[in-house]
Amino acid sequence: MGSAMNAIRDFLRTFLLWELLLGLRLTGKHLFRRKVTIQYPEEKAPQSPRFRGLHALRRYPNGEERCIACKLCEAVCPALAITIESEQREDGTRRTTRYDIDLFKCIYCGFCEESCPVDSIVETRIHEYHMEDRSERIITKQQLLAVGDKHEQQLAADRAADAPYR
Amino acid sequence: MELAWILTKIVAIVGPLILAVAYLTYAERKIIGWIQNRNGPNRVGPLGLLQPFADVFKLLFKEVVLPANANRFLFIVAPMLSLMPALAAWAVIPFGEGMVLADINAGLLYVLAMTSLGVYGVILAGWAANSKYSMLGAMRSAAQIVSYEIAMGFALVGVLMAAGTLNMTGIVQSQAGPIWNWFWLPLLPLFMVYWISGVAETNRAPFDVAEGESEIVAGFHVEYSGVAFAVFFLAEYANMILISGLAVIMFMGGWYSPFHGLPLLGPMFDLVPGMVWFVLKVAFFLYLYLWFRATFPRYRYDQIMRLGWKVLIPVTVVWLVVLAGMILGSLGPWFN
Repeated sequence: MGSAMNAIRDFLRTFLLWELLLGLRLTGKHLFRRKVTIQYPEEKAPQSPRFRGLHALRRYPNGEERCIACKLCEAVCPALAITIESEQREDGTRRTTRYDIDLFKCIYCGFCEESCPVDSIVETRIHEYHMEDRSERIITKQQLLAVGDKHEQQLAADRAADAPYR
Repeated sequence: MELAWILTKIVAIVGPLILAVAYLTYAERKIIGWIQNRNGPNRVGPLGLLQPFADVFKLLFKEVVLPANANRFLFIVAPMLSLMPALAAWAVIPFGEGMVLADINAGLLYVLAMTSLGVYGVILAGWAANSKYSMLGAMRSAAQIVSYEIAMGFALVGVLMAAGTLNMTGIVQSQAGPIWNWFWLPLLPLFMVYWISGVAETNRAPFDVAEGESEIVAGFHVEYSGVAFAVFFLAEYANMILISGLAVIMFMGGWYSPFHGLPLLGPMFDLVPGMVWFVLKVAFFLYLYLWFRATFPRYRYDQIMRLGWKVLIPVTVVWLVVLAGMILGSLGPWFN
């Protein structure tokens, strides 16, 4: 008896397109929902202070570059994207003469930044960059330092914000 | 002189129709976008309103690729074959009281003939391109259109019985009165069958197996590009508007306002020209097309066939008998 009733009910539901109407009701509601699109160039998604974008080399406030050519980043880099050459400077400190990052190899894992004992190599929030020639994929020490100089304020603020969790 | 006058009327119908097609594509992208919590096109012109023109110019400037082993003549002719009937059928559509290009007595038959001719374009396109996906798409859509034509034809037989005429203007006039006087109410099952068949006939979701992207790329028009593709596109959307227009004429009282003939509201709403009511009703049905596309997943091919032959056709046959009873009994406001 129960199953017969169910069969009749199912038959009626199928015939009255009940489930289809439920589906239409759902999509009909979504028509009026708030839209989630971010209008990209004008609007941007919020970023974390830990965002890992283009690399930079930082300096101390007195203008001295932080990097001491310990090559920990070069060693830890899983993609072998970093190439470092170094020599002793006249004042007896060890400094890099070459610090190249191949942006095509880099996987933006952030290990270089984590391994750095002097917070020199960092990854900035810059993510909208491009190159017009393959050769431009390798960024040199000068370029890295320039990026660092330009964004030092943001970089310092981000590192300060993340400091309690390190 | 006579000829010039007819030509003017044709331009007056086809021009706005093509513009309507352009903005139907825009409305489709906007509405489906909204339903998916997106914005839809909004970059070209204010609110993206120039988007259809950008698309048209893009297609016009693209190359029409002729596949190596295609039948060149049929390949070029097929898109036109699918567009021509879609436009020609508009000749007998009454937009308002007396606003019809050709007020012929066999209007309904003419419309049926024209909508059936459209399938030739699809079959020839699929065959002429000499591609397996085109061929599969053409086979599918041919079988589908032919099957649903029967259900649609039966549904229209119901309208014919109720109205007692094949003349499109006459069909609308026999529905004169407020919203419950229109044929959708006594013919409700036929109306549903007609609308479902109409969606299937135009190869739109959820019956769009003919171009099922996930299985056969784009079906019968895979090999088409540029203007030839644009013509197919135009034909599909013109057909959508046509099917909506027919639904309005045959079931939703054509150009009559929903309060026509009522004591106080009737004259008030009759101040709005009949054509506005017609366009509004057509817009509602077009919206249904888009709403369905955003909601329903695609039917499987065998399910489409089962629905057409084993559900829709029996329903129409049963309701024709019920309808005959209603007409014999001179029931309600419709058949007395």
